[in-house]
Amino acid sequence: MSAAMDTESTYSGYSHYSGHSKKAHRQGRDRHKSPRSKDGSRSEKSVTIQTPPAEPLLGNDASRAEEGQDDNWGETTTAITGTSEHSISQEDIARISKDLEDSVGLDCKRYLGLTVAAVLGLLVFLTPIAFILLPQILWRDDLEPCGTVCEGLFISVAFKLLILLIGTWALFFRQPKADLPRVFVFRALLLVLIFLFVFSYWLFYGVRILDSKDTNYQGIVQYAVSLVDALLFIHYLAIVLLELRQLQPTFTVKVVRSTDGESRYYSLGHLSIQRAALVVLENYYRDFTVYNPALLTASKSRAAKHMAGLKVYNVDGPGNNASGQSRAMIAAAARRRDSSHNELYYEEADHERRVRKRRARLVVAVEEAFTHIKRLQAEEQQKAPGEMMDPREAAQAIFPSMARALQKYLRTTRQQQYHSMESILQHLAFCITNNMTPKAFLERYLNPGPTLQYDRDRWFSKQWTLVSEEAVTSGLQDGVVFVLKCLDFSLVVNVKKIPFIKLSEEFIDPKSHKFVLRLQSETSV
Amino acid sequence: SYLISFSFQQRIEIHKLRQGDNLILGFSIGGGIDQDPTQNPFSEDKTDKGIYVTRVTVGGPAEVAGLQVGDKIMQVNGWDMTMVTHDQARKRLTKRNEEVVRLLVTRQSLQKAVQQSMMS
Repeated sequence: MSAAMDTESTYSGYSHYSGHSKKAHRQGRDRHKSPRSKDGSRSEKSVTIQTPPAEPLLGNDASRAEEGQDDNWGETTTAITGTSEHSISQEDIARISKDLEDSVGLDCKRYLGLTVAAVLGLLVFLTPIAFILLPQILWRDDLEPCGTVCEGLFISVAFKLLILLIGTWALFFRQPKADLPRVFVFRALLLVLIFLFVFSYWLFYGVRILDSKDTNYQGIVQYAVSLVDALLFIHYLAIVLLELRQLQPTFTVKVVRSTDGESRYYSLGHLSIQRAALVVLENYYRDFTVYNPALLTASKSRAAKHMAGLKVYNVDGPGNNASGQSRAMIAAAARRRDSSHNELYYEEADHERRVRKRRARLVVAVEEAFTHIKRLQAEEQQKAPGEMMDPREAAQAIFPSMARALQKYLRTTRQQQYHSMESILQHLAFCITNNMTPKAFLERYLNPGPTLQYDRDRWFSKQWTLVSEEAVTSGLQDGVVFVLKCLDFSLVVNVKKIPFIKLSEEFIDPKSHKFVLRLQSETSV
Repeated sequence: SYLISFSFQQRIEIHKLRQGDNLILGFSIGGGIDQDPTQNPFSEDKTDKGIYVTRVTVGGPAEVAGLQVGDKIMQVNGWDMTMVTHDQARKRLTKRNEEVVRLLVTRQSLQKAVQQSMMS
């Protein structure tokens, strides 16, 4: 028993290697017993869970450093589109006030676009009705009486307008799910087309029918029907351009996260760069594991040690020979016997072992807790059949028995910030309600999940900037690279065209598959 | 001197021997149109799907009648045996109401031809 405690406290020296301490120095393998673990080993029954404090300090420092880099990077990039300039200034605004909704410029643009489209739509919808009604209103007495054909056309106009209305509602009346920097080219084109079209119809109507007070009412109604037909065709064009064209996959897109190299591939059709960026981001929240800055401290400290390892003394006198200095540093670094790889290897093996041990403890503790619940439930059933235990109470009852193991595991895998005690209790109550097994309960904590799984405050990635050398409304091409930046990291997107596949056929005679099994038998007679 | 190979036909009459409930002839056959002709060790042409005598029991009626291993059976009691399946051949040879079978067989033979040399 004591031996186990001893080993536990020995390795707990490494658990201090968390994001809390900025100077994460590891002076060899200290074997000093930390007081915290001693308290933990003594008091097994009473457990105090401290919700880990948020880490604005470390986060701010890291992002501030990156922001300095970003500014320089933005200036040295040759072809910057209007988008990227606009976006970098937005980044500064976001740093001061964490609310993008305050910026008025973007809202105006969005609402302007919506109002224009709405007004145009209404106008277009009312035009055929106006065409039919205006002669009745203005020169009713002169009009020829409307025969059966004419009245049949009324029905046709009514139904076509209804179909157009339903189609437009289905296609266009949707919640905008994103705010894009530039306008949709195809949508703008369609709006212009519709406007010109309706304008020309009105022009013709005004000149030839209103001015001359045409009495052929059937002709007027047919004119209105032709307008509605043409509108239906424009609607078809809108479907093809906006929805159907990008369905067929033409490009394969590789998305790499800059901080830890996690990468995914997606298939896209013919899209503009901004829409492709939108698709990538929507999939990012689902597919990529959540960004955890605590996991990067190890590589950062290693990098810092590399830099600090060599000091250059200028012996020849005051001379600003910067390039000579760096050359000397590189040469010296290549020559010295660097044992940091050894350190890395042992550290990683150690960490792996520690994680596995803690995980085993956690799994056992959770399984015991869940069997306890089952026993309680069975008892309750026997005592008062039909009376179920409140899952929240059950969760609170068994939580202390596994809390310590869970917290230790989360600390070791550096996930402790993502799970507060309240969220763990809620998840436990949820699992008990839905009769989940301990493994199903633990699935959330054993491995980091996608960003959507966690609380919005811990996302680190809510505002995105699209940086691209080409115009963001231009279509995807083979070899295009664009970057989606948020404050702490960026996603580098590389576009490749799906190769043209040449498929040829080969005819195989079915007889070639038939085998005659011929034996050589011998019969005695 | 050199060897000449030729084939000649022979008529062989075998009297069946009664053994218990069966009438046996005392030899084994191989081949047939449903068999693999390339495995036939006795045929000269490896596409020949005829019926060949593969074994002759010592002292049996076939040996007594003069049948030899490697003979190709052309006819049995007037029935053609060059284009039959293995099972059909067996049936033709083992008809229960026949006591005598008359076979027409073809035999390969190698003979040395000694060249008459003028010089002795």
